[in-house]
Amino acid sequence: MKSGSNLEKVLTSGQFAVCGEMGPPQSADGKSIKKKAEYFRGYVDSVNLTDNQTAIVRLSSIASAHLLLDAGVEPVMQMTCRDRNRIAIQSDVLGAYALGIKNILAISGDHQKFGNHPQSKNVYDIDSLQLLQILKNMRDEKKFQNGEEMKVEPRLFIGAAANPFADPFEFRVLRLAKKVKAGADFIQTQGVFDVPRFKRWMEMVRDLGLPEKTFILAGIIPVRSVKALQYMKSEVAGMSVPDELIERMSKAAKPQEEGVKIAVELIQQLREIKGVHGVHIMPVMWEQVIPQLVEQAGLLPRPRFEEEQTTPAKEAPAKG
Amino acid sequence: MIVAERKPLEEILRLIDGAKTVLLTGCGGCVTVHMAGGEKEVEVLASLLRLHYKKEDKPIKILTQTVTRQCEPEYVRELADNVDKAAVVLSMGCGVGVQFIAENFPKAWVVPALNTKFAGATLEAGVWAERCGLCGECILYKTGGICPVIRCSKSLLNGPCGGSQNGKCEVDPEIDCAWQLIHDRMKDLGKLDLLLEIEPPKDWSKARDGGPRKVMREDMRF
Repeated sequence: MKSGSNLEKVLTSGQFAVCGEMGPPQSADGKSIKKKAEYFRGYVDSVNLTDNQTAIVRLSSIASAHLLLDAGVEPVMQMTCRDRNRIAIQSDVLGAYALGIKNILAISGDHQKFGNHPQSKNVYDIDSLQLLQILKNMRDEKKFQNGEEMKVEPRLFIGAAANPFADPFEFRVLRLAKKVKAGADFIQTQGVFDVPRFKRWMEMVRDLGLPEKTFILAGIIPVRSVKALQYMKSEVAGMSVPDELIERMSKAAKPQEEGVKIAVELIQQLREIKGVHGVHIMPVMWEQVIPQLVEQAGLLPRPRFEEEQTTPAKEAPAKG
Repeated sequence: MIVAERKPLEEILRLIDGAKTVLLTGCGGCVTVHMAGGEKEVEVLASLLRLHYKKEDKPIKILTQTVTRQCEPEYVRELADNVDKAAVVLSMGCGVGVQFIAENFPKAWVVPALNTKFAGATLEAGVWAERCGLCGECILYKTGGICPVIRCSKSLLNGPCGGSQNGKCEVDPEIDCAWQLIHDRMKDLGKLDLLLEIEPPKDWSKARDGGPRKVMREDMRF
């Protein structure tokens, strides 16, 4: 075990993993996180806390992850390279681990142009790949980016993102291989609607032997309106939404139910693909859907593990 | 070259407001080449200003003088007589020119007429684009001569983010995705394998992050 996180246990025990995702509030309302935790507890193995996603100021992913942990749900803390340099990133990683956070997802982050402070300066001191490498070295070598050693290392389960629908298509898999080499223990993909394209991508992923080196969680975005689908197709770069799906949703008498049905079908199709180790469900502002969606997809009950004493970080033995 | 663009007239008027004599000074370097602040642009702006103050019925004297380069001391010093006569020196040089005039004339009030944009090249008549981020440690040999530091909106050094679609950057459909360009070129050159290497974190101390920079060459010093 690298981290002993619940997500790591589910995946390493060979079971199909289910991750959720939650966007922290645009206010200091920490209670809303505990409230939303109810939709996830017992239905998923861990939940991503986004890090100021779409560059909109929100309650920090570290604090949110800690609140979620308190509420009995395991967090995956997202960490972007947009807002912090390598000093702040490493400091926050140490802090997050000290607070009990064991899963971190390293991403470059949405450009601030899309957010509510488009006049801000971005950082990008390092990119997501370099962040993966830094996290891995902190954990495995007990070393900071500058090569200096630390006494107590953060034992993390390290995640990365992959977008099978962005361009250049053929380079996507090579970049994924780079991320795995840099240190990604697990991968969460962009939301999948275009299953044939995802299958083609997975074929390339398998050709490089990547499912043997990392865990791949396919992205699922449940939608409750045709508008949401149309928005994603036209406005979100790196999304592929087939027209048939838009037509199906526009004809649906009860779009919410149809949305759940579509998500269930997608989960079942993705589960059949060799090398897919789980799903990552991103219910953008529709967290209530999680229990029924997970149940209808046949993913219950979620695996439970004996609460083992996770090795508390020990002081390194004195040398000499 | 350093590419700049003239500030809006209203802003320039605010910057010289109240001055009875203004020295409007152009530069014969980059800004002349891309027609932002050379002799011709100086005369055009001078005419606009004179016309404006005539309409307002306010007397103003606009002196004009364009020097070979505002970034070299011997040329900047040629401005001395006119600087003495003017209440405001309005420079049509880049940010370097403005500062260098101020540096050489401690008592002069020097203001910029241009917004300095970037180090770039001429794509076609009337179109200039950013090409160098002046990061202090060139890595173009790793990326097929296309700079990800300045041409990728996130300065990513290990390949494209998830926002690259149809060759364009998600930040603006007018911006080419630098990593698509790099990928395609490396592929054409048969060097795609170079992109599989993990590029380590960059040493930004060589860039502006290390503090203001200076280059000294002993062989050029007397």
